[in-house]
Amino acid sequence: MEQTLDLVNNAAGRRVPTLVNGRQSVPFMGVGQYKPSGLKAAPPVKSCSDYPLSGDKVQPSLKAALEKCGLKDGMTISSHHHFRNGDLVMNQVFDLAADLGVKDLVWFPSAAFPCHEPLIEHLESGVIHHIEGSLNGPLGRYASEGKMKKGLAVLRSHGGRWQAVQDGEVHIDIAVIAAPTADSFGNATGDRGPSACGLLGFGLVDSLYADHVIVVTDNLVPFPCVPWQIQGNNVDYVVVLDKVGEADKIISGTTRLTKSPDRLYIAELTANFVKAAGILQDGFSFQAGAGGTALAFAIYLKKLMLEAGIKARFIRGGSTKYLVEMLEEGLTDYILDGQTFDLEGVRSMRENPGHVNTSPFTSYNWHGKGNFAGLLDVVVLGATEVDVNFNANVVTHSDGMMLHGIGGWQNCLFSKCTILPIPAFRNRVPIIVDEVTTLVGPGELIDVIVTERGIAVNPARQDLLDATRNSGLPIRKITEIKAEVDELVGGAPQKPRFSDDIIGVVKWVDGTVLDSIFKVKT
Amino acid sequence: METHISGSLNSKSDCQIRFTPKSKGGIKLRMQSKVEQLFGSSIIALAEKTLSELWVVNGLLEIYDNGALPFVLQARIEAVVKAAIPDVGAESLPEMKTHAMYGTTPDRFRRSRLYIPGIQPKLMLNAGIHKPDGIILDLEDSVAPAEKSAARYIVRNALRVLDFFGAERMVRINQGTLGMADLEAVIPHNVHTILIPKVESAEQLKAIDQKIDEICRNCGRKEPVYLMPILESALGILRALEIARASSKNVALAIGLEDYTADLGTQRTAGDSESFFARSMLVNAARAAGLQPIDTVFSDVNDTDGLIKSVREAKAMGFDGKGCIHPRQIRPIHEAFAPTASEIEKAQRIVQAFKAALKRGKGVVTLGSKMIDQPVVKRAQRTINLALTAGILPENRKENSA
Repeated sequence: MEQTLDLVNNAAGRRVPTLVNGRQSVPFMGVGQYKPSGLKAAPPVKSCSDYPLSGDKVQPSLKAALEKCGLKDGMTISSHHHFRNGDLVMNQVFDLAADLGVKDLVWFPSAAFPCHEPLIEHLESGVIHHIEGSLNGPLGRYASEGKMKKGLAVLRSHGGRWQAVQDGEVHIDIAVIAAPTADSFGNATGDRGPSACGLLGFGLVDSLYADHVIVVTDNLVPFPCVPWQIQGNNVDYVVVLDKVGEADKIISGTTRLTKSPDRLYIAELTANFVKAAGILQDGFSFQAGAGGTALAFAIYLKKLMLEAGIKARFIRGGSTKYLVEMLEEGLTDYILDGQTFDLEGVRSMRENPGHVNTSPFTSYNWHGKGNFAGLLDVVVLGATEVDVNFNANVVTHSDGMMLHGIGGWQNCLFSKCTILPIPAFRNRVPIIVDEVTTLVGPGELIDVIVTERGIAVNPARQDLLDATRNSGLPIRKITEIKAEVDELVGGAPQKPRFSDDIIGVVKWVDGTVLDSIFKVKT
Repeated sequence: METHISGSLNSKSDCQIRFTPKSKGGIKLRMQSKVEQLFGSSIIALAEKTLSELWVVNGLLEIYDNGALPFVLQARIEAVVKAAIPDVGAESLPEMKTHAMYGTTPDRFRRSRLYIPGIQPKLMLNAGIHKPDGIILDLEDSVAPAEKSAARYIVRNALRVLDFFGAERMVRINQGTLGMADLEAVIPHNVHTILIPKVESAEQLKAIDQKIDEICRNCGRKEPVYLMPILESALGILRALEIARASSKNVALAIGLEDYTADLGTQRTAGDSESFFARSMLVNAARAAGLQPIDTVFSDVNDTDGLIKSVREAKAMGFDGKGCIHPRQIRPIHEAFAPTASEIEKAQRIVQAFKAALKRGKGVVTLGSKMIDQPVVKRAQRTINLALTAGILPENRKENSA
């Protein structure tokens, strides 16, 4: 949206709009400060008399199903991103909407990927009004340049997406849930079938709260589809397509470990820090994602666990072959998994009762009676930038381009120890800055930054500083590391030039507006 | 007029510079950069400063930047300008950083030396973080003929600006006249040790020694420049002792097996039996001359087990160091060269016996019923130092054992 909105300063000192895509929004009030009241949203009451008693909800085509749902101008269509860059469904949905002459739809994905670049055409023609979700790659660049004119990109965490739907902030008219395996009743699972992706947890909230739910599969099995990650009782229609996803883009056959000596060193430092800080104790828990450095961290940590004879109670995924090995070798009792990154992860999820499905509700939702993220002893995450006050950014680059989603990142910050292992500079661009371009994670929740040029501990964590003082690890002030890198790259970079036009907002986990993303002047 | 080009369009942390000299019209600059939003104006300012330091007043300079650090931009601009206008005598030097001014000692440990192609600045930036004993900025085999001049300026500038965190600062020069020009470029910039490839005679080494003396006199360099001749041919091996004794600046003698085996008319095999004589000869010559014998590189980066085996063999033959081509090889090398527990214990007993003898004012040191010579004591002290460096002996034991 290129219109200039009224902006207020929020509790983090960032300028944010109070009106987001026509809805009143609360500016960020500080971590844990905003507590809404009232009841949750709810889907309409339905009756079995409107559904075939045979349980067969299969429609002849996706088009027929969309028509039965009453697809019309202005509706909000949602989808999950478990197929990642291999999704073959959502481009078809909007092609069909265009054929049906429908306009001004809002797409509400849990994340968009480069494979969704063709949707730019539908944004241009007005079939899609705007996209409300994490925008990666080409769509992010498109929005950054101010071309998504009718609405703001609203960036939410995985937990924030659940919260937004549950709190009635976003109302889903039609949820399209692509499913690797389903039965004609609408029960669906992600852990098997030619397009297996492991889980369907990101689509769970859609199935519970949407007015209409369509399950789309390429592997229809006779009732019952077991296990059912999505309950058919929430599903209106089932559609069978030849192919719903590109298997090799959904799940990589093997997870690739970083070969970069610098990243390996950072990962090793991180594992050593965890040990030195006393976190590595019997029954501890950790989360590490699928990025090259996070994977390497898990491998180094495993080595330390074996040496010390220590076993974890649980590990949080996204799971990979390396986490599965730890489960199978008895180094952890459980993997609590939100998404699966390789074939070994999918296999383990199918076969191993210790490999447990989770959803953004159990793991991340802030407006609930607790969530799992805070239970973790240590979490290892990435970032595009951090500042000298430990605030961090994951959505924009230092040049201002919005290129990444938030994922579970914000939610994970509530772990007992949040560590960001990141290179001190990428291709001349320093990672430690005076002030982050976009605030996505408040510094009070970020405890440690590990770079190849030293480890910076948040001064608020005196306990960690004390515990690691005589560890021999290169603990330094964050400003000292910054000064060293700035000198190396030829001085701190100039700031990118932004216009006053906002192209998106970053929501905090409680639905308040944490920061605005401004259009880059080119 | 002809356009001169340095660099490629697609290497990260590097750039391509094109320069077309003109006889009039002033300087025109064009720039495209991946980091334009953040560094655009500083790139332009650096380009203008570099051209003015090189006395260039006319010409078209085009910069296609992929995140090159200033010292790289500056080096490539100097390379294209000098290719276009060969009689430019001036240099454009980045400021010498204080962290680039530390020194070295002739007898420091040289267990690992990490080769980095002189044309790949990306690999230089963080090389010191991995703590090799030495970093070799290579101007020879890893640099294609067309890139020799750009590599020379990149390496020179790297020596002035990068922090190698205590690693010995080494450069491998080219053979012949190219090598002499390399020396001109690097000697004034606190290079510690020069690696000389394919040495086959004492005369060859003496010529280089003289050239270095001359450059040092001209630039006012006081600190010595040490030499590490590399023997890579049958003739070089047979003259190993002569070469080892040819210069007082020699600190180590290294072997290069790829070229040596080719020279023999054979190939490297897993057991390295074809090079046993050469390696043994080199160790003997180096020891006879009081130098460190240094083994060849281990070229399979993914074979850590093979590397460890190879280092153990090298250690058993008497070598003090090994070459490496990837930072991942450094730690296994250091671990494999580290003394074993029994070696440390024996060394400690020898040193203690020596100290006890000193205390009693005795000239003769005995351990049990055996007499101990001075070189054995020296060797034992070195073993203890090696253990301390490798972190096997805690620092607080230093007092007791040393």
